[in-house]
Amino acid sequence: MSDTNKTSAVTGRNVVKQFGSGDHLVTALDGVSLEIEDNEFFTLLGPSGCGKTTLLRLIAGFEMPTKGEIFLFGDEIEDLPPHKRSINTVFQHYALFPHMTVGENVAFGLRMLGQNEAEITKRVEESLTLAKMESFIKRKPVQLSGGQQQRVALARALAPQPKVLLLDEPLSALDLKLRQAMRLELKTLQRETGITFIFVTHDQEEALTMSDRIAVMSAGQIQQVGGPHEIYEQPVNRFVADFIGDTNFLEAEITVVDGDFANCQVNNELSFKVKSIAKHSIGDKVTLALRPEKISLAQSGEVQGRITEAVYLGTDTSYSVAISDSITLAVRDQIDLTGHARFAEGDLVGVGMSADAVRMLID
Amino acid sequence: MELPRNPVTRRWLGLLPALLTISLFMILPMCILLVFSFMEADPYGGVDPGFTFEGYIQILFERDFDELLQFDATYLRIIWRSIILASLATLGCLVLGLPVAYFITRQNARTQSMLLFLITLPFWTNLLVRTYAWILILTADGVIEQPLKFLGIIDESLEMMYTNGAVGVGLVYTYIPLMVLPIYASLEKLDFRLIEAAHDLYADRIMVARKVIIPLAAPGIIAGCILVLVPSLGAFVAPDLLGGGRKLMMGSLIQTQFAAARNWPFGSALAICLLAIVMIALMYQARVASRRRAEAGE
Amino acid sequence: MSKKQYIVGDYPGLKIWTWVFFIYLYAPMVVLVFYSFNVSRRAQIWRGFSLDWYVKAFTNDDIQSAAINSLIVAVIATVIATTIATLTALVLARGRNFRGSSAALGIVSLPLVVPEIATAVATLSFFAVIGFELGLMSIIIAHTVFCIPFAFLPIRARLEGMDETLEQAAGDLYANDWQTFRYVTLPLLMPGAVAGAMLSFIISIDDFIITLMVAGAGSTTLPLYIYGMIRQGITPEVNVISTVMLVLSILFITAYWYATRGSEREAA
Repeated sequence: MSDTNKTSAVTGRNVVKQFGSGDHLVTALDGVSLEIEDNEFFTLLGPSGCGKTTLLRLIAGFEMPTKGEIFLFGDEIEDLPPHKRSINTVFQHYALFPHMTVGENVAFGLRMLGQNEAEITKRVEESLTLAKMESFIKRKPVQLSGGQQQRVALARALAPQPKVLLLDEPLSALDLKLRQAMRLELKTLQRETGITFIFVTHDQEEALTMSDRIAVMSAGQIQQVGGPHEIYEQPVNRFVADFIGDTNFLEAEITVVDGDFANCQVNNELSFKVKSIAKHSIGDKVTLALRPEKISLAQSGEVQGRITEAVYLGTDTSYSVAISDSITLAVRDQIDLTGHARFAEGDLVGVGMSADAVRMLID
Repeated sequence: MELPRNPVTRRWLGLLPALLTISLFMILPMCILLVFSFMEADPYGGVDPGFTFEGYIQILFERDFDELLQFDATYLRIIWRSIILASLATLGCLVLGLPVAYFITRQNARTQSMLLFLITLPFWTNLLVRTYAWILILTADGVIEQPLKFLGIIDESLEMMYTNGAVGVGLVYTYIPLMVLPIYASLEKLDFRLIEAAHDLYADRIMVARKVIIPLAAPGIIAGCILVLVPSLGAFVAPDLLGGGRKLMMGSLIQTQFAAARNWPFGSALAICLLAIVMIALMYQARVASRRRAEAGE
Repeated sequence: MSKKQYIVGDYPGLKIWTWVFFIYLYAPMVVLVFYSFNVSRRAQIWRGFSLDWYVKAFTNDDIQSAAINSLIVAVIATVIATTIATLTALVLARGRNFRGSSAALGIVSLPLVVPEIATAVATLSFFAVIGFELGLMSIIIAHTVFCIPFAFLPIRARLEGMDETLEQAAGDLYANDWQTFRYVTLPLLMPGAVAGAMLSFIISIDDFIITLMVAGAGSTTLPLYIYGMIRQGITPEVNVISTVMLVLSILFITAYWYATRGSEREAA
C-alpha cells in the first residue's frame, strides 16, 4: 500500500470506470491513479466530461469502479456502499431534504450513526455556527436562498466529522460575488477543521485560488498533479497549458542540443533556448508554450512586431502582435498609470521576454 | 357566426351543456335520494308520500311485532364489514403497490411508459368480466384447486369462494391501479440526489426508505388510499360475485333494497350514508393537500 | 476480480415483487381466455380445445340483441358526451383560472368521484320521480352523464398543449369565431376528441352497475347479459363473451394509447 509513514487520505490505484456496453460503452475514467494527502485542499479540475465528477462519485460510493482500487487512510473502500464510508458530500444542487428542517437535515448523519440526542444537538449547533447559519435552524430548505442552502449543505456534511469532505462544484450555482466570498470561506473552513477537502470544479480561477494541489483531468485521465504555481508556470502538456490561463503555442524544430537545453527555431524566424524535457535530437519537432503576460512590449527592440488588435480589459490590455506573416502572439500588457493602453492598433513595437518564459511541452 | 363578445358570457355558455347535464342527472338525483330517505316505503317498490325517519332507523333497529324498536346489528355488521374490507383492501393495495411504483421509477423512460400502460390496461376492461375470472380461479376445482388436487396436496375443496378473503382479493385486484399511479406520480418527482445524500450520511437502505422515500411519497400515498377506499366502500361487483349472498357489503345491500327488497327509503338512507363517508374522506384529503401547499409556499 | 455492485437506490427483491404483481394482474385474464376455448360443458374443467362455444355464442339471439343494445347506447352516449366535453374543455383548459372555474371543474369530475352504486340508485330515483319509463333511453342518458368526464380528460390534455396564439393569428387574419373554430381549433384538438371518444365508448360498453339499476325490462346490454348468466353459474358462453369483451377493451385501449402517444409528440 503506502510506503511512507504518513498514510494518504485517499489513494486511487488504476481506477477505471465504464458505463453502458457494446456500442454504447463509455469510458469515463481510464486508469486513474492519485494520492491525496491528509489535511489537504485538493481540487479535481477539468472541462465537463473529463471524469472529475465520476471520480468524486467513486470516492463517495455512489458508483463502483469497473477496475482498480480506492483506499481511505489505508483501508480499501471501493466495494463499500456510501453509508459505510467515513466520507461526506456537498452536492452541486445541495440535495437538502425538503421535508425536514435545517436542524433535522444537519442532524441526519449523526442520527443515522446512532449518536445520543445531547451529542447531536451540540454537534448540530457547532456545525451550523461554523457555516454561519445557526439562526436558521428551524427553517425549511424551501425558505432559503441558494447561498443559504449551500451553507446548510456544508454544515450537514461536516456535522458527522468525516475523514474526507467531497464538494461537487458547490459554487457553480451562485453568482460571482457570492462565489468569490464563498471561496475564501471554504478555504478557511478547511484550514480550521483540518479535514481533507476534495473539490471538483471546471473553473480554473477557483482551482488556482483555493487549492493546495490540483489534478488537471481530461478525457478520463489525469494530465498533471501539482500546486497552483507549478500547474500554471510549468504545464507539462498542451492540454494543461491551454486549459489554465492563456497560452501562445509555437511549433518549433530543434536546431542545437546543448546539454539540458535546446535551441528551437520557429518557422526559421524566431529562435529560443529552452530547457529540454526529454532526450531530443536535432530536427525533432516540439511544441513551445509562452504565456501572454510574460511577453514585454517596448517602443523598440530586437524582435519587432505590429499590433493587429488591442482589446481593453479594464486592468490590462490584450494585444495581438504579428511578428511575421505566420506568427502572431497574444500579449497581456498592463494599463499605464493614467488608465490608458500603452499601444494602439497599427503600432510597431519591440517584443521581449525572459529566458525561462518559454517552456517545452510533452505532446 | 359570431359568439357573444363578452368572455364571461362565452365561458358560461360553453360550460352550460356539461353543467346542466350533470346538475340535472347527477346532483338533482342525489337530492331526490336524500328526500327519498325520509319518505315511506311503498311495498311495490318506490316511495309513498309521508315524512319519516324509518329509512335511517332501520339501519340500526328493527321493529318487532309490537312496533317497538329492537337493536338489530345485522345492517351494522354489513356496514362494519364494508369499512373493514375496504380498509384492508386499501392496505393490501398499498403494500402490494408501493414497491411496484418505486420499481417503475427506477426504470428508463421507455420501460416506465410500457409498465404504466400495462397497469392501467386491466382497469379499462370490463369489471364484471375481470371479477368473474376470479371465480374461475378460486372456485372448487378451479385453477388453483385442480393442480393441487392433482398433486395430492389437498383432498377436499379449500372453499375459497364466498369468503371475506375472496372479496378482499377481488377488491384489491379491482382498484390497485388507482393506488400505483398516484404513488408513481409522487415518486417520479423525487430528486434522486436525496437518496444519494441520505446514503452519504450513513443511512442504510431501510432508513433511506423510511426517512426519505416514503415521507416524500406521502402525497401520492394519501391520494392512492382515498382513490381505493372510496370506491371500495360502495363496491358491488366483488362482494356480489365473490362473496355470494353471504358476504354483503354496503354496495350490494343498497342494490338489493332497490331491487328485490323493495325498500327504497332504506336503500336511499344507506346510499346517503355512503355519500357522507365519501365526502368526509374527500374533505380530509383536500385539507391535507392545502396544508401541504401552504407549507411549501410559506 | 469481479465486484458485486452496490447500486444506490436499488432494493433487492423489487424486480420479483413487480413480476408477481403483474402476474396477479393478468393471470385472471389469461385464465379466462384459456377457458373460453374449453370444449367441456363444465366450464372450469379443461377437456380440450374447441371453438364450438364461440360459434354458439355468436349465433345466440339474446347475445346478439344485447350486443346491439350495448353498441347503440355506447355510440349515442359517446357522441353526445364528447361534444359536451369538447365545449367544456374549450372553456376550462385554457390558462387562467377564472372565478368559479374550480367549482365547474369539480362538477364535471363529479361522476368520477361518487361511488357508482350511489349514482346508480340516485338516477333510478330521479327517473321514478319524473315518471320516466326505464328502457334503452334511460341507459343512454345515464351513460352520457358519466362519459362526460372521461371524454373531457384527453381533450383537456390536448388543449393544454396547444398554442393559443394560433387562434389569435386566425383572428388577425379576419377569421370570425366560427371560422377560427372550424379551420384552426377543431382540427388541432381532433386527436384529443377522438381519444376522448374512444375512452367514453369503452367506458360505456363496460359499464355494469349503473346500467343494472336503470335498464328497462327488455333492454339488456352485454354486461347485464353476462351478469345474468353468471348468476346461473359458470358456463362456457360466459367465458366466450367475457373473452370477447376483454379482447375488445384491450384492443381499444392499446389503440388509444398509441394514438395519444403520437399526438403528444406532435403537439410538443
